[in-house]
Amino acid sequence: MIKEYKTIREIASPLMIVEHVEGVTYDELGEIELPDGELRRCKVLEVEGDRAVVQLFEAAQGINLAESKVRFLGHPQQLAVSGDMLGRVFNGMGMPIDGGPDILADDHKDINGLPMNPAARAYPAEFIQTGVSTIDGLNTLVRGQKLPIFSGSGLPHAALAAQIARQARVLGDNETFAVVFAAIGITFEESEYFINDFRRTGAIDRTVVFSNLANDPAVERIATPRMALTAAEYLAFEKDMQVLVILTDITNYAEALREVSAAKKEVPGRRGYPGYLYTDLATLYERAGRRQGKKGSITMIPILTMPEDDKTHPIPDLTGYITEGQIILSRELHRKGIVPPVDVLPSLSRLKDKGIGVGKTREDHAGTMNQLFAAYSRGKDAKELMTILGEAALSDDDKLFAKFADEFEKRYVSQGNTTNRSIEETLNIGWELLSILPRRELKRIKPEFIEKYLPETK
Amino acid sequence: MGIITKVSGPLVVAEGLAEANVSDVVRVGSQHLIGEILNMTGDRASIQVYEETSGLGPGAEVVTTGMPMSVELGPGMLDNIYDGIQRPLPEMRALTGDSITRGTDVPALNRDKLWDFSPVAKPGDELGSGDVLGTVQETSAILHKIMVPPGLKGTVKSVESGEHKVTDVIAVLTDARGVDHELTMIQRWPVRIARPYERKYVPSRPMNSGQRIIDTLFPIAKGGTAAVPGPFGSGKTVVQHQLAKWSDVDIVIYIGCGERGNEMTDVLMEFPELKDPRNGEPLMKRTVLIANTSDMPVAAREASIYTGITIAEYFRDMGYDVAVLADSTSRWAEALREMSGRLEEMPGEEGYPAYLASRLAQFYERAGVVECLGTDARQGSVTAIGAVSPPGGDISEPVSQATMRIVKVFWALDSSLAYARHFPAINWLTSYSLYIDTLRPWYTEQFGERYMQNRERAMHILQEEAELQEIVRLVGQDALSPEDRLTMETAKMIREDFLQQNAFVDEDAYSSYLKQFRLLDMVLKYDVLCRDALSRGIDMNGLFAIDAREKIGRAKMADPNAFEPVYDAIEAQMKAEIEELSAGGEEQ
Repeated sequence: MIKEYKTIREIASPLMIVEHVEGVTYDELGEIELPDGELRRCKVLEVEGDRAVVQLFEAAQGINLAESKVRFLGHPQQLAVSGDMLGRVFNGMGMPIDGGPDILADDHKDINGLPMNPAARAYPAEFIQTGVSTIDGLNTLVRGQKLPIFSGSGLPHAALAAQIARQARVLGDNETFAVVFAAIGITFEESEYFINDFRRTGAIDRTVVFSNLANDPAVERIATPRMALTAAEYLAFEKDMQVLVILTDITNYAEALREVSAAKKEVPGRRGYPGYLYTDLATLYERAGRRQGKKGSITMIPILTMPEDDKTHPIPDLTGYITEGQIILSRELHRKGIVPPVDVLPSLSRLKDKGIGVGKTREDHAGTMNQLFAAYSRGKDAKELMTILGEAALSDDDKLFAKFADEFEKRYVSQGNTTNRSIEETLNIGWELLSILPRRELKRIKPEFIEKYLPETK
Repeated sequence: MGIITKVSGPLVVAEGLAEANVSDVVRVGSQHLIGEILNMTGDRASIQVYEETSGLGPGAEVVTTGMPMSVELGPGMLDNIYDGIQRPLPEMRALTGDSITRGTDVPALNRDKLWDFSPVAKPGDELGSGDVLGTVQETSAILHKIMVPPGLKGTVKSVESGEHKVTDVIAVLTDARGVDHELTMIQRWPVRIARPYERKYVPSRPMNSGQRIIDTLFPIAKGGTAAVPGPFGSGKTVVQHQLAKWSDVDIVIYIGCGERGNEMTDVLMEFPELKDPRNGEPLMKRTVLIANTSDMPVAAREASIYTGITIAEYFRDMGYDVAVLADSTSRWAEALREMSGRLEEMPGEEGYPAYLASRLAQFYERAGVVECLGTDARQGSVTAIGAVSPPGGDISEPVSQATMRIVKVFWALDSSLAYARHFPAINWLTSYSLYIDTLRPWYTEQFGERYMQNRERAMHILQEEAELQEIVRLVGQDALSPEDRLTMETAKMIREDFLQQNAFVDEDAYSSYLKQFRLLDMVLKYDVLCRDALSRGIDMNGLFAIDAREKIGRAKMADPNAFEPVYDAIEAQMKAEIEELSAGGEEQ
């Protein structure tokens, strides 16, 4: 028997205090019934004696302390899951908003999920070809990885993420793909960009969209990525699908978290974000992965805009400590017209080493990758020196490296948003660029690969 | 029995627990979640719960076990992976599936497995604490010594042999008052209390890690402490993994504290395949993994560090050299901060509790070289190496600073090195080792004085390079004298041909002391020969372009078992080429 309480004591959005409750438990989902019958949802953050501190998921507007009723539902927040979710659009709380029928649930899942037993994980090792050279060649994505895009306001992260969603495939494999897309506090236009792109390519039929737009309640954003990941887990581990999850924008998520934390008067950590931001983000990101004995996988691409392009801001910083690398976009390259403007040097894929090489990509991949990184780094240093002291101050080798850096940006990085390069093409372009350099500088590549792959220099 | 009055995340407050002690382990709610009492006020206890508290509310019961947070010590820990409160993860998986569900109660040591116990003690022997009763071949790599628990001594009344479960009585000891004590293969020990030893020594032997920048430039002693701070992406975890793989210790305890799940999986999959370069045994046979990944409950993260170091001390007590690798102590500190915040304690710096520094110091102080309990005066050591993840890579924050005050070795990882793919990205200018002087005698005895002389020469050249680079940045390379240009060239060789080491290439992942010595020696010989040639007026560009240079660049990839003839040949070629240039130069 579910009890109704008319004992709301206090509302200070997004928090509400209900008194004289009985049997209420931590993290329980609640429903508030307004005098006009409208239902809003909330969850329990703290119970002390007969007093419950509750977090609203929607606006507090219109809630009347005397007349509104609160019911606690006896379970944490859940999502109704089913294979029919594909092709549908939901709001941030998991309700269909595309005008279609309700989902006939196969199951109801707790959106918080459960931590995955590390002994049950399967190590991500299957190469995903995204068709983007800077990712495939240098920061290889593998199935089950979480690889965020660190971007800034006004940078084309959406174009890159859509390109990845469109082109990503595992070589020689015909398994069922699905995309779960969570819009977290982004604008209608940005969200439509993705949805239109999915529609144009026909991907929409295998896409589940959870949409919390900028004008939707901020607190709802805390639930939105969890809804998306719950759907992804269902599709991956119960329906054997290869799921790509795109979460955009994590910065909005963290700000919603900060809002709730501030309302609870918690001791703030860096920049006002709660001390548990790391743990909280980890409970999202760590839901990516593969499990032993399961066919499906969850590969995650969270997108976050770095405030002031500052990588040491708590949100990108803590994200970088959890995710398996990062793809960083650069404003400088964007201004130069490089598309996609991937800043290669600070970008990283931690899982690349297991996903490349013989039988996965090509034998020369690891060596050329390291060589390209090192050469580009040296080339950039040389160019910097050149701007201060002029070209004459460079040694002959350094001049070649500077030339290499320019060509690398033009030909390797800047491929446009529609070019889909195979891994072979990417590797071969790498070799062409390396042929600019003196051969004795190619120390990171095995001599036999240099013999085999280096194009003849004229 | 107590009744819950408040639930706020992992913090639970319960009343009616007058009979419980501070630090007791309690069982919370109908699911028997595991928790630990932090504070008591009257009969009100503040409890940190090691599992997710969703669904818990006022009115639920709390029962104390009357015991502090303890670990089970005995055969079955090696080749295993535990969560932060020592529950075996593979067995939990068998019980509850791929996800970690709550209230699962699995004993740390398998109760059914039979171990072949060979007695060492005989009836009538007088044994004290730490004396060995018998041994069990726990894995192919490690002989597990079953010892008399601390605090107990007496006469052996009986001792068993043959196949036994860990819970079987394997010996009976009669103490001075005539009371019989039945001993099993299990010892229990509270994790927050250091295990006793006879006496502590100053560390004097290096821990060989096979990593050139560590062994040659910034060595750590067995029984020492080290910190690896660095921003994300700088390779902390790879450094920790390399140490776990190649360190010449008997036992490795790897604590994944608030880190990525896939990293633990990586260790779990890779270590059984890798062979110890010293005895050919799979590395997993000497390894205990403790995993509290970042999505697992935060309170157990705080416990995981203590669980790990207590297990390490137990193996140390057998006379083994043990390395504890904690990745990352920053996550542990954050767990501490989170609980402190929920307890509404007055925060110190950046919200961390005021006791952060003392807790960190207590952890690292449990490392050391000791003479173990027991009459045979065996020695064991615990080496503690902690990764630190400073926010934004800025080590002025409290965890890094508190750690730096305690540890003796500091391997500072640098993101700019990582961007240039210089790995391990340990910065040679900001890192330090305070063990150089205590270890010098050992190096000198093993390899002669030249080893340490080379080290100093290399450090000097690298230091000089940093200064010269300042000048180059201002006025360009042409302003440097040929000698300075040579210094920069040699420094580049030290960096690229010696310090850089690829963890993913078999030939390079592990470098023996001898290989390290020969490699650095070769680079420095080149420096000496060139310097001599320059003094005779030979053109530097010719010297820098000799063919042997490319071979030096590849020398680190030489076969670990047959590198010496290769190095001899390169050195001979280098010498010949420089002589030839010199001869040509003088003729003109």
